[in-house]
Amino acid sequence: MAELLDMGGHGFYIWTSYAVVFAVLAYGFAAPVRRHRQLVDEIAEHQKSAR
Amino acid sequence: MTSHYTGSKNHTPTPGQTRSFRIWFHRFGSSSYFYHMASRWGPRAGWLALILMVTGVYMGLFVAPPDYQMGDSYRIIFIHVPSAWMSLSVYVLMAVSSAIGLIWKMKVSFCVSRACAPIGAAFTFCALVTGSLWGKPTWGTYWIWDARLTSELVLLFLYVGYMALDKAIPDRNTASRATAVLALVGLVNIPIIHYSVEWWNTLHQGSTVFRMDGPSIDARMLVPLLITTVAMNLYFVSVLFNRVRCELLDLERRTQWVRKIVNG
Repeated sequence: MAELLDMGGHGFYIWTSYAVVFAVLAYGFAAPVRRHRQLVDEIAEHQKSAR
Repeated sequence: MTSHYTGSKNHTPTPGQTRSFRIWFHRFGSSSYFYHMASRWGPRAGWLALILMVTGVYMGLFVAPPDYQMGDSYRIIFIHVPSAWMSLSVYVLMAVSSAIGLIWKMKVSFCVSRACAPIGAAFTFCALVTGSLWGKPTWGTYWIWDARLTSELVLLFLYVGYMALDKAIPDRNTASRATAVLALVGLVNIPIIHYSVEWWNTLHQGSTVFRMDGPSIDARMLVPLLITTVAMNLYFVSVLFNRVRCELLDLERRTQWVRKIVNG
């Protein structure tokens, strides 16, 4: 296991790369999903008050 | 899906293929059609992207053999190269849909263009960071003002500039047209990035996949690379669709079809 994490001495560079990319991609996915939910709520609220 | 098809009103029939292409084009120009299409295909693309990404990364990290020169550090390739490819292709899509928006005044097209910018910026950022982390063990430095690295950094600035310009102009139509022009002007940077490793003597290595004599990379490395590339493309489609859905809801909040979605 330690050997696997070490990656021939390059572990730090490899794992940091993968961590950064997955963090960015996960955030990039979640942001519009949340925004969509907020928009639907906001528009529904607006329509209720307009009626 | 024809119930969402609203483009037919202005449609004058022309014979054969031109006609079916025009119908297709008009459909994609319809906000509600695009919204429903995106709602349907976005999640599927997302799930498929996740499955392929896990498979590709697993193969790349644990199955593929180490490189004879770089040892294990080359394993960054499986996310670095797809991110870099995406940073270019997303920009091209952004510029093309901007052009379509300018020429045919298509709202949906401008929405696609606008949705591309932050995703493209994210891919560019990933390509730069992973490249930097790969450069340290390989070249001995995190950064060098080499033609490939510099032109990729310019790409990040183009994306960020696009978003800043979009935010700075309050009127939506003016913003769409201004950002479209910026996207088109910035297109000149794409071939510069692609050919930078040939035109200039760069520290960055040349192409190993797109070569006249075929890929110069072992199949056990090429397969996971292609899998993560497909995964990133599907990821992009999924996020793009979600972003365009938001754009359309926001833009057309007073229309009947949005009301139906919100209340349904």
